[in-house]
Amino acid sequence: MEKLNPEIKNQIENELLGTVGRRYRQETFWVIFLGVICIGGTVAWIIQLRKGLGVTAMRDYVSWGLYISLLFFFVGVSLIGALVSCVLRMSGAKWRYPLIRIAEAVTLSAIFFAGFMPVLDMGRPERLYFLITHGRIQSPILWDVVAIATYFIGSVIYFYLPLIPDLAIMRDKLTDAPMWRKKLWRWLAMGWEDNLLQRRLLKKAMLILCIVILPVAISVHTISAWLIAFTLRPGWNSTIMGPYFVFGALMAGTAIMILIIAKLRHGYRLEHYLTPKHFNNLAKILLALTAFYLYLNINKYGVPAFKMAKEEKAVLEDLFYGKNAFLFWFTQIVGLIIPIIILSFKKIRQSIKWVVAASVMVLLGALINRYLIVVPNMLHPFVPIQHAQHGYATYNPTLIEWTITASSLAGFVLLIILLFKPFPVITMWEVIEEVEKRGEKEIGVENIVNFQNIPGHAS
Amino acid sequence: MACGNNCSCNNNNAGNQDNSRRDFLVKGLIGGIGAAFLSGCSTNDKTKPESGEKINVLTHDGKLVTVDKSQVANFKPHISEEDVRKGIPGKKFVMVIDLAKCDGCGKCTKACNKMHYLPKNKEWIEVIEMQDSPEVAPYYFPKPCYHCDNPPCTKVCPVDATFKREDGIVAIDTDRCIGCRFCMAACPYSVRLFNWTEPIKPNIIETTPAAENVFQSKKGCVEKCDFCPHMAREGKLPACVTGCPMNAIWFGDANEDAVTCYDGTTTKLSQLLEDGGAYRFMEELGTEPRVYYLPPTNRIYDAKEIKIEKEGSEN
Repeated sequence: MEKLNPEIKNQIENELLGTVGRRYRQETFWVIFLGVICIGGTVAWIIQLRKGLGVTAMRDYVSWGLYISLLFFFVGVSLIGALVSCVLRMSGAKWRYPLIRIAEAVTLSAIFFAGFMPVLDMGRPERLYFLITHGRIQSPILWDVVAIATYFIGSVIYFYLPLIPDLAIMRDKLTDAPMWRKKLWRWLAMGWEDNLLQRRLLKKAMLILCIVILPVAISVHTISAWLIAFTLRPGWNSTIMGPYFVFGALMAGTAIMILIIAKLRHGYRLEHYLTPKHFNNLAKILLALTAFYLYLNINKYGVPAFKMAKEEKAVLEDLFYGKNAFLFWFTQIVGLIIPIIILSFKKIRQSIKWVVAASVMVLLGALINRYLIVVPNMLHPFVPIQHAQHGYATYNPTLIEWTITASSLAGFVLLIILLFKPFPVITMWEVIEEVEKRGEKEIGVENIVNFQNIPGHAS
Repeated sequence: MACGNNCSCNNNNAGNQDNSRRDFLVKGLIGGIGAAFLSGCSTNDKTKPESGEKINVLTHDGKLVTVDKSQVANFKPHISEEDVRKGIPGKKFVMVIDLAKCDGCGKCTKACNKMHYLPKNKEWIEVIEMQDSPEVAPYYFPKPCYHCDNPPCTKVCPVDATFKREDGIVAIDTDRCIGCRFCMAACPYSVRLFNWTEPIKPNIIETTPAAENVFQSKKGCVEKCDFCPHMAREGKLPACVTGCPMNAIWFGDANEDAVTCYDGTTTKLSQLLEDGGAYRFMEELGTEPRVYYLPPTNRIYDAKEIKIEKEGSEN
């Protein structure tokens, strides 16, 4: 494919830069709405800090609750960056290019909140620095701290590297921006001139990072799984936990990715860049992951259910037809089986609406499943609960807990939106380069070369 | 109970200590109190009234002299943070619980709660009802911390706040605990408790490092049965042992191969374990508990009266 006409290139860049700093009414509404939830969560957290964790429903038996469930959820979602920028890269999927920055933004936000959840759960958050001054490297918590910190830094770098050429474009193009912004872009672009040597170095750095970050990403979530797999509790004491968490995480991350690009496609008018091809391909990945996760679930629950050993029995009965049966069967049927059936049809996969619907189901199932991994097991320890005080043998999260949980989820979405605001959502230089090299079809973009003025978009 | 709430024992250690270095003979051999740990003897302090009780002490030049008890300062050596983390030298504490004798009266729990200033809703030693299978008779089962030799809890602690000492005790340093509750998740016996809210503090001042404090409760920190190390340092028995009128709990030192129960009977540990057919709770987990159980054979109480609570129900 021959080089793009400079004019068309210019127009593509203008179009993609159109979202930078631009205010959308719906988006503003969301930012305010999520911000209010976050403020509510902060107030709830202050109450919790002052009164102690007694304001939650956690007690001596259920000593981990929603916060730790959410930690596992966030760590899990953060794997999407590694999936899109490493796994898809290595498998040679060219359609990934428009998705890279979105995936990395989700990763950054998720890993940030993953680091935050344990602090919310601590009885003595003011002693957090003890992890450094008195840290015991033998403890899986220290591994988790190191892994999350490494992955966070890696993700920041991975977010930044492909941004450099785009920052240079912004520096050169958005000349009417305020002075401080121009200065910031100039500084962040680090003298990018778009010459061959710079491009070669950047691509090499991205390749190295891509290889390095994959084992880090997998270790982050595996270690989180080990937090519970390293205990002797029935239901947790299992070797399947690592892969179970990792694949559940990839599944949830893919579902979130689909939901976000569905929102961005219309919200930011990126219909030419986020096309049905992306939804179709992500849906295929989601199908594969849900099917595999169902297989892992059958192993995780089916194998001990066949044996019904004394210790496992109480947990399994609770899940199969006890107090948590509704949630359990919801995650299995609505969260896995129905999406698998829906996504199996090619026609349905090509409909964005259906793919989004399936993703919502998968995501809900994944969220509830995190809760089911943590709480029911804690209610069925080896030594059955006896003479429990009121509120000790059950777990019904309090308003404070729900508020903090909701605001963490709100903060997660809010941070993603805020990360989209100062930069173009699509990696401009890479998409242009790849379209020049391979054509629109392989990248999955539509009609950007035969550029027509897109309604609703002033360039 | 020689020293039910021994708060006064720990008071004003620092003040005595300086004097003792100057005036007192550091090494004392005390007759009367066989279990005394370390003591000093004042030769010129006339301010205290005479108690009339005489004790023998060894002077630094090797003479055995008899002095009035009031002349012996209540001297306690300074216990440092390292001492507490290392444990009491030369000891390996062990507990034996005779299930045939335990009638579930719960006095061990009461004594423990009194010793450690615990409210009613906290139980460091919990007496639960057990029934191994539907047809066999139920029995009472006191459940303290097992102070495992392969402790799952200390392995996971990120800040070394809970640790295994050389004397076998698994202790908690509440000045260190960050409240992550990983140890609670890791403990298969559910013996660890958490201070979800601010505990009610007793009116005592303790000068020992946190891990050997009598009062361990601290908001946002974990606590559990500590085998009463402050008592062991004085050669005394833990509160649950001295609180058990059924003589069901034995406590002692595996190095000495001797355990003692409520009425003062001291017996050979190895003999007791062998004759009683002792076992450890959930041996298959490999946690190597330091607490042995003697099976509930030939019960001295009516087992039929025990009602097993249905799992998960609340009071």
